[in-house]
Amino acid sequence: MVYQNENCFRLNDQERSYDIDVYMANGGYEIWKKVLAGELEPAEIIEQVKASNIRGRGGAGFPTGLKWSFMNREAPGQKYIVCNSDEGEPGTFKDRDIHRYNPHALVEGMMIAGYVIGASEGYNYIRGEFWEPYQIFKNAIEQAREAGLLGKNILDSGWDFDLHVHLGAGAYICGEETALLESIEGKKGQPRFKPPFPASYGLYGKPTTINNTETLASIPMILAKGGKWFNDLGVKNAGGTKLYSVSGHVNSPGNFEVRMGTPFKDLLELAGGVWQGRKLKCVIPGGASTAIIPAEKALEMNMDYDSIANAGSFLGAGSMIVMDETTDIVKVCRNLSHFYWDESCGQCTPCREGTGWLMRVLDRIIDGKGRPEDIAALKDVSGKIMGNVICGLGDAATIALTSAIDHYEHEFMHYVEHGCSIFDRK
Amino acid sequence: MSTKTNIIQGDIKKRIDTWIANYPEDQRQSATMPALRIVQEANGGSLTNDLMDEIAEYLGVPPIAVYEVATFYGNYNHKPTGRHSINWCNSISCYLRGGEELRARLEEKLGVKPGEVTADGKFSIKKVECLGACGGAPMCQIGKDYHENLTEEKLFKILDELE
Amino acid sequence: MVKVEINGQVIEAHEGDMLIDVADGAQIPIPRFCYHKKLSIAANCRMCLVDVEGAWKPLPACATPVTDGMVVRTNSPKAIASQKSVMEFLLINHPLDCPICDQGGECELQDVAMDYGEDVSRYTEAKRVVGDKNAGPLISTDMTRCIHCTRCVRFGQEVAGMMELGATGRSEWMEIGTYVEKSIDSEMSGNMIDLCPVGALTSKPFRYTTRTWELKAHQGIAAHDSIGSHIQVHSKNDKVMRVVPHENEDINEVWLSDRDRFSYESINAEDRLTKPMIKVNGEWKATDWETALQVAIEGLQKAVGNDIGVMASANSTTEELHLLQKIARGIGSENIDFRTRQVDFSADAKGFHTPGLATAIADVEKQDAVVMVGSYLRKELPILNLRLRKATLKGAKVIAVNPQAFKFNYDLEQIADDNGMVANLAGLAKAAADAKGDNDALLANVTATDTDKVNAEALINAKNSIVMLGQIAQSHADYALLTKLAASLAKNTDSELSILPIQANEVGANLVNFLPANGKNAAQMAQGMDAFLLMGLEAADFTDATQAGQAFKNAGFVVNLTAFDSEEARQYSDVMLPIALFAETAGTFVNINGNKQSFKMSVKPQGDAKAAWKVLRVMGNMFNLAGFDYTHTNEVLREVLDNRSTTLALAHLDAEMVSANNDSKVVMVAPYQMDAMVRRAPSLQKTPDANVATMVGGQD
Ligand SMILES: Cc1cc2nc3c(=O)[nH]c(=O)nc-3n(C[C@H](O)[C@H](O)[C@H](O)COP(=O)(O)O)c2cc1C
Ligand code: SF4
Ligand code: SF4
Ligand code: FES
Ligand code: FES
Repeated sequence: MVYQNENCFRLNDQERSYDIDVYMANGGYEIWKKVLAGELEPAEIIEQVKASNIRGRGGAGFPTGLKWSFMNREAPGQKYIVCNSDEGEPGTFKDRDIHRYNPHALVEGMMIAGYVIGASEGYNYIRGEFWEPYQIFKNAIEQAREAGLLGKNILDSGWDFDLHVHLGAGAYICGEETALLESIEGKKGQPRFKPPFPASYGLYGKPTTINNTETLASIPMILAKGGKWFNDLGVKNAGGTKLYSVSGHVNSPGNFEVRMGTPFKDLLELAGGVWQGRKLKCVIPGGASTAIIPAEKALEMNMDYDSIANAGSFLGAGSMIVMDETTDIVKVCRNLSHFYWDESCGQCTPCREGTGWLMRVLDRIIDGKGRPEDIAALKDVSGKIMGNVICGLGDAATIALTSAIDHYEHEFMHYVEHGCSIFDRK
Repeated sequence: MSTKTNIIQGDIKKRIDTWIANYPEDQRQSATMPALRIVQEANGGSLTNDLMDEIAEYLGVPPIAVYEVATFYGNYNHKPTGRHSINWCNSISCYLRGGEELRARLEEKLGVKPGEVTADGKFSIKKVECLGACGGAPMCQIGKDYHENLTEEKLFKILDELE
Repeated sequence: MVKVEINGQVIEAHEGDMLIDVADGAQIPIPRFCYHKKLSIAANCRMCLVDVEGAWKPLPACATPVTDGMVVRTNSPKAIASQKSVMEFLLINHPLDCPICDQGGECELQDVAMDYGEDVSRYTEAKRVVGDKNAGPLISTDMTRCIHCTRCVRFGQEVAGMMELGATGRSEWMEIGTYVEKSIDSEMSGNMIDLCPVGALTSKPFRYTTRTWELKAHQGIAAHDSIGSHIQVHSKNDKVMRVVPHENEDINEVWLSDRDRFSYESINAEDRLTKPMIKVNGEWKATDWETALQVAIEGLQKAVGNDIGVMASANSTTEELHLLQKIARGIGSENIDFRTRQVDFSADAKGFHTPGLATAIADVEKQDAVVMVGSYLRKELPILNLRLRKATLKGAKVIAVNPQAFKFNYDLEQIADDNGMVANLAGLAKAAADAKGDNDALLANVTATDTDKVNAEALINAKNSIVMLGQIAQSHADYALLTKLAASLAKNTDSELSILPIQANEVGANLVNFLPANGKNAAQMAQGMDAFLLMGLEAADFTDATQAGQAFKNAGFVVNLTAFDSEEARQYSDVMLPIALFAETAGTFVNINGNKQSFKMSVKPQGDAKAAWKVLRVMGNMFNLAGFDYTHTNEVLREVLDNRSTTLALAHLDAEMVSANNDSKVVMVAPYQMDAMVRRAPSLQKTPDANVATMVGGQD
């Protein structure tokens, strides 16, 4: 059987799961109280988080316990905990539902993380279009404040913590953690060059830890049931549960919280299978920035870091974009290229100049004006962007495209040779 | 120096001030984005250079710093929009589920292309990238509300019900 | 120290130094565009990518700190591939209009493309075209050529302290510019021209005049303020085509003020005086040097025994000033002065205090607290202001006591209220005196406010601090009193006291004693003299220009050594002797730190104009004065080389407290009205700093 909703989504079947009373009736904020009472030391929390084997859910998969240990809790001066709820990668829509169904887990997770790293202030960066999730989260903050769980000298512990929201305004790049910090500072969302890393030079130049919404919202359950419990839910190198956003050509798209290592087939089934009785062509497993996996391989893989890597791609943020057999992969690539061209911050040369180049060549190919050398050019230009840029966006712009050419070059060739899609055959 | 517009007063000023208080005292620049959003809303959905200058002056940052922000983020408009701005998701999951075809029907119905405003000033369409609701593809945002799992029938009904 | 290996060469470096600096030190070339040693790291152009062992992707040398044992290749196939990739991307949207581009010959993109560019691009899509906005009279923009390195933007934010350019939009449609139509107004704006690696920002006055490879470069010293910035004069066919900074870390670093950069336009001004002229029966006649000098000498000789006024611009060279005072004294006149904008000369009774900065220019960056008394430093001495700005960024406290608040480009405390400068400075001095238990009689009736106490405390606690008097203080009716108060404040706060020389050679003028030891000062001379011998001066150089003009007119005989012909000069002069301007002559300026900076002639003087020191040498001989047999400026300089600056105990000046607020009497001078040259530089005249009203009010 497929286990579902054991962590962030555990309250989803309850009415008003976003209210503090529901959250507290289900054990919410107990950990926070223990932390404040001194029953759970920062070092012990980090140990538990390390034991849980949770890796960042924002896409990069960096071990969270390790990240937290980079911060020197005792160092004087302001520090910040920042939550990344910018969620803009095509195919990704899980953090939105955490806000809608379990905002208090995020509030509690941020407070605990703040405590561990010595941050008395936190910012949740929510993409500006998420107005409803923002309202719910804001309400959750107010409820927590009213319950005395947030503010100055919380529950007489001597610890202060305040939580704020910063709203984005339509820029995918702000999901990149340093662009996000720039954005909170009221600037353009242009990634900073690293080093220095946020742990030493973060928000307003102060030491900062940034985690994804799902990562932070998982913390209360990890600590409630223990790092080992969480780890054991998953598989090697991938502890716990994961929220998978399934979209595209399935009968029932949506978010599914399952255990790491769940077979892809099972996940596909949860999403109602491929729509209209069609066959699977391929999936993009981790959001638009990851490589395409053709059906044969996909149907054999499991939903965890290693298995997806073996299939030639990346788990990313766990965003499965499912495509059926009628999908024109060249048009898919054009759509993705448009996205990266549109969303490039523009500061570094290869990404600023290269994303538009890729898009224009694809446009031309689809327009029936492709030339045989275009396909090599697409790969070549991709290769010239890859690794030569400041942040992951530039690299990402090339990944799905390169894999599409690897797996479906004949579809590109058909356009070039016949001026039309392989699916236009009469 | 005083600016040409004077929109930051009363309730608008109060709302911006609340956001200023959301950040450290010496970081008024952080309120640039919320200020742009609030002023844009108050101005019927778009910004002007004079309004940006006013924000710059109010926050004590150089005008060009405000222009940079206001032109970097996609949600700020520099041309008038309709009373209801329809932000149409153009990205992959919506595309896979017929988003483009549906947008074509929408354009036909309203008689405008993306970037244009209907003659009665009621609607405008804007193409945007993934809105983080791909499970409900195809989808769009009208004003602040998300509308998901759209069909032509559902979409047109929503539009017809709008004031 | 760590050891790094670059291309097989082992180099010692400081841990944390950026790879590009280490490679530069070892003369290992790495291509770059966004990197600039005086700006923050942006790492956005990606041109400097190199191959670092252990890193899967190439790393930008400009942003990669070296670590011990690092092995780097700047020319491995991987590094070269990255560099070529970036070059290709930079060129796809570049117009490649080099033949009509002013940057041609000194374009960094062109240079790097030679090494890393491919001949043919496979890019066949439409190229981007960017619309241009008028950025004002000094900078010409051609933004289609921009490679988005953001050097110009960072310069504005970080150095000029005035963000005028930005990068608006994102992705491919990111544009560098002002966004709205607006002129670039910083007094340092021209530096962006130097910083821009391509032809996107070029000099408007220089535009389309010359191809850069036709230019000859000459070392020089800037002639418009006491900093003595090092410059290069670029000429073609003996005509000055432009002026650019020459790096000197201790003085101007790599920067130059717009005043020093664009003033050269006046060298080629239409109203240059190119022939000696004499007035015959009220009619002006061009003549030869011999005749003109004869007329001049005869006229002056007739006046000997009467009141002859001898005045010169403080932008004259040390040699010129020395010879002129030598002539004056030789013919028996002690009426010698250059301080045409001063009104209160009461301090002269105690002698002359040589102005100057008590610390090295570069050490201004190290100050913890500075009090400016009567100074809009930003416009008076822009380079010094940059140094002070850097100090403020490190936390220095700056207090300005001025008649009004000015638009400084850093955080400071401006004390500029109706009480007036005297009262405000006195309050501050009083607070310092109280703190030190000093019963300075001058301050007996002064009370210090709480703010004064806080400020005095800050000065006392500062390790390094300066109290400086600027141009506004020096033209104040209560200058001596302000000096005395400043001296008291400096003494009680253990600060250095500096009277800032403003013009290029005020220090030199002091050193050669171009001062009225027992004669009339400039203001007294401006009330009327029997005869005048003037050099490089116009009525507009005086606080009361009308009065000065009248005095010249009323004088029986006026010899005018001048580079410019003007209706006004014709009205009051009897002989006009055409002299060379700064790039046309050799000489020496003594800067704010007392550095004697000599320079050679860059171009020949226009027409029959001659270097003034040569003219004066001949005049000395014609007057039969001893010691005028020079053949070279060096010999003139040698005579004054041992002259030392004089220091007065300024706290002991004779000055009583006054209750009147005389601030409103101060005649402020806009930076581009300071001397005859800048007044004739057309491009500078089109900017806000061309007059006081727009200088003070026009910009942020
Ligand atoms: C272009 C780009 C977009 C990103 N978008 C997001 C995002 O929307 N949400 C997110 O959590 N992380 C995003 N990331 C990853 C973040 O930079 C960062 O790794 C993450 O927030 C760290 O949190 P985690 O360790 O909990 O995953 C993005 C990265 C890149 C390069
Ligand atoms: S890779 Fe693209 S998005 Fe990332 S910093 Fe460079 S230009 Fe910006
Ligand atoms: S204008 Fe010149 S200096 Fe400024 S970003 Fe463009 S290329 Fe760089
Ligand atoms: S693709 Fe349309 S909401 Fe994500
Ligand atoms: S010089 Fe290093 S990235 Fe531009």
